Amino acid sequence: MKEIISTITKDYLYRLIKEGKRIDGRDLLEHRELDVQVGWIGPAEGSARVKLGDTEVIVGIKMDEGEPFPDTPDQGVVITNAELIPMASPQYESGPPGEDATEVARVVDRGIREGGVVDTSKLCIEEGEKVWMIFIDIHVLNFDGNLIDASGIGAMAALMNTVVPASDFEHGEDYELPIEHVVIPTTFTKIKDTIMLDSGLEEEKIAEARLTVSTNEDGDIVAMQKGLSGTFEYEDTLKCIELSQEIGGSLREEVKEFVEKGKL
Amino acid sequence: MSGNKDMELIDENGKRLDGRDLDELRDIKIEAGILKRADGSAYIEWGKNKILAAVYGPREMHPRHAQEPSRAVVRARYNMAAFSVPDRKRPGPDRRSVEISKIISEALEEVVFVEMFPRAVIDIFIEVLEASAGTRCAGLTVASVALADAGIPMSNMISSCAAGKIDGHVVLDLGKNEDNFGEADVPVGMVPNTNKLTLLQMDGNLTKEEYEEGMEMAMKACNEIYEIQREALKTRYSTTLEDQEEIDEDIEEIQEEE
Repeated sequence: MKEIISTITKDYLYRLIKEGKRIDGRDLLEHRELDVQVGWIGPAEGSARVKLGDTEVIVGIKMDEGEPFPDTPDQGVVITNAELIPMASPQYESGPPGEDATEVARVVDRGIREGGVVDTSKLCIEEGEKVWMIFIDIHVLNFDGNLIDASGIGAMAALMNTVVPASDFEHGEDYELPIEHVVIPTTFTKIKDTIMLDSGLEEEKIAEARLTVSTNEDGDIVAMQKGLSGTFEYEDTLKCIELSQEIGGSLREEVKEFVEKGKL
Repeated sequence: MSGNKDMELIDENGKRLDGRDLDELRDIKIEAGILKRADGSAYIEWGKNKILAAVYGPREMHPRHAQEPSRAVVRARYNMAAFSVPDRKRPGPDRRSVEISKIISEALEEVVFVEMFPRAVIDIFIEVLEASAGTRCAGLTVASVALADAGIPMSNMISSCAAGKIDGHVVLDLGKNEDNFGEADVPVGMVPNTNKLTLLQMDGNLTKEEYEEGMEMAMKACNEIYEIQREALKTRYSTTLEDQEEIDEDIEEIQEEE
């Protein structure tokens, strides 16, 4: 499962970064081109195919009736799962989700859950007996770095595209899933004390530390996750929060536009 | 983080459910070197948390394909005992423990001189015997002491503590009810006496100003916890120094007799 990088590429990347440049010509705080197609999967209640540069992720939403958790009898259930399928990278193997997949799923899940994207109290059918369950399944199709942002945006767009299949369960007419907040994750990586947004595969291979900040439209922080073995200085985390508020704002508008376009 | 408004978490005197001030840690006790077979070990009681950590290695990495040719791998395994929580926990790794194991491994790798042991693994086993909120921070803190107890070359220990938000107030070190009914939780792992963060997570809802307030509390607390970690190691090894004096005296006696 190890990603390998040649010394010559590594040195080239380090040299570029020293000059504040990147291998694909982007600015340090510029993300790759984002493309989102919603409603791509027929049988799913909601879906989105996200391209962030060459990283490609597909997210499907399925809904079902189920029993609530005993400690939250009047709330619906949201379950997020991520699969790094072997077609996406020569390093991925088939089998149950490993720790990388688990981390992606849990970070995306935290943003959606803690961000109150869906008001789970509106998903109660019969208190203590029956609630709506939302399954968010993330499939990575092509891995070119920064899975968390691609997956998080995909899950958000897919939820915004979801129609609750109420008629299938004799609960009246189908209706659009009510969305309370649009939470956007932004992931920064640190290479030789330089902080950059949305690393590509090569950059991710040499990254020392990674920080994901998820924010909502009010600029509130709803989830964070530091990854990899390097450190982030406290002051850097403040800078990342500010950047996330700003960049998240423009990404949110882009995502909304893509979702609207899908409705036409 | 349910943000439940029905539960009163701070009383009219500004005290928390367990009588603590907003910026007060729970009681922390650490003991180093308590398991005989392990290369290093430590035990922590943090409020009602009881956690053991054991270190094995550096030793040969299995499976071999996971070996790193130029350095050792730091592999932590966080595990909750079935009896550690009121409702029995199904034994074995779940998604939560897989993620916690990953971030603790990464948080510790920063301070271990991994280049000294190519192809090796340093195994850290963290067993949560009683859980009462904040187990990842307590686990990371006690694992650092166990690594030092094992004599693993390190540049420093990692100290860890969480900040959070309850009833609209930013507080330090969430307890059980505060964790369940609070509004935010920010676990922090830090290289003591620096501002370098090796573990940082957050869930809930915070403004940037609240994040700053919480981080300042947590970082200050990490430095206090570092002193407790150091004391644990001093206590463990100062007894050995006394023993050494006795041994020295014995040797002198024998030499005089000869």
